[in-house]
Amino acid sequence: MEYVDYYKVLGVDKNVSASDIKNAYRKLARKHHPDLNPNDKEANKKFQQINEANEVLSDPEKRKKYDQYGKDWKHAEEFARRGSFGERQRQSQRQYSNQGGQTFSGGFGEDDFSDFFASMFGGQESRGRSRQTKFRGQDYNAELKLDLIDAYKTHQQTITVNGKNVRITIPAGIENGQQIRLKGYGAPGVNGGPNGDLYITFSITNNTNFKRMGNDLYTTVEIDLYTAVLGGEVTVDTLSGKVKLKVKPETQNETKIRLKGKGFPVYKKEGEFGDMFITFSVKIPTNLTEKQKELFKELAKTTS
Amino acid sequence: MPEHLISTDDFCSHYKVEYSFINSLQQHGLIEITSIDQHSFIDHDHLKNIEKLVRLHYDLDINLEGIEAITYLLNRVKNMQAEIIALKNRLRLYEDKQVSDTF
Repeated sequence: MEYVDYYKVLGVDKNVSASDIKNAYRKLARKHHPDLNPNDKEANKKFQQINEANEVLSDPEKRKKYDQYGKDWKHAEEFARRGSFGERQRQSQRQYSNQGGQTFSGGFGEDDFSDFFASMFGGQESRGRSRQTKFRGQDYNAELKLDLIDAYKTHQQTITVNGKNVRITIPAGIENGQQIRLKGYGAPGVNGGPNGDLYITFSITNNTNFKRMGNDLYTTVEIDLYTAVLGGEVTVDTLSGKVKLKVKPETQNETKIRLKGKGFPVYKKEGEFGDMFITFSVKIPTNLTEKQKELFKELAKTTS
Repeated sequence: MPEHLISTDDFCSHYKVEYSFINSLQQHGLIEITSIDQHSFIDHDHLKNIEKLVRLHYDLDINLEGIEAITYLLNRVKNMQAEIIALKNRLRLYEDKQVSDTF
């Protein structure tokens, strides 16, 4: 655990007044506040540091303790015993994990203070949050990893949020980066206020041979030279099974064909699918026998 | 009073904000207030946004004109972020092809 220089975090001198600390905090908060930097994890992290520094330096008692024991924080407990600091155990309500290993974290993170802070000041509630926790519960944010095959079908998953199992239905066709809101699955409200919401952002990995663009899928299928020249049949994989395709005679390399309705399901439109686009890649034969070479030479003569 | 509404007075008391501030937000077109029998209410679905505006004003000391500009810019940021995600998803189509083309 490292010592945190709160004065440095706020960019102020050790002897500054309380109002200078307030000004420095507000100036930095206007730059890094999560409300002004949506979906910016770096800004959120920076704001937590600024918020923590302000939490300590704007409170005369905490600032006194920090100034006295800051670098020698290990002895701070002695100070706490003598002083009037309540040592409530900090309960982090914002770190969750479910069986699948997804990480859940709160949207704001203001009370995710450093170990250094926890060690010096225990779990004292942030004074700055009092305005936010009087009615509506806080929102939770989560990231759920799916692979493309999972996203192809409507399915259910059970995730654990704050010790509570939540069964969610993930509609087929969900997009990478798409966010869904589960109303009321955030932190409980107080004073009769509504619960917060749970926001799940989907991160979809693709380990298939298909490329997805919206509802369409793209893939490349190799065909041999003879099938390309003379025509024939080829079996190709789609996400709904194998399909036999006719290859027209004299098919050129990089020819694209469309399989209607063999693409990805359209989100929340049951029975609707995008298309699959197949590019034929003609494979030139290698390791030809002498006889085959001769035949190709014969063939070449016929075209000149 | 419908369950999904909170009276503006209760809101101000819970969040420790002045009624005049909420009134000004409405006048600037930044929030919606529901009126029933000459009483004003806030829909629970709008609380998240109003909480944010309250933080901007009381925690960051930003005045209403600033909040108005920020709201406009944040909407732009939101739209641009959605566009970036869509473009990144499209880019995935070409990424591997680029690699194979280099060989």
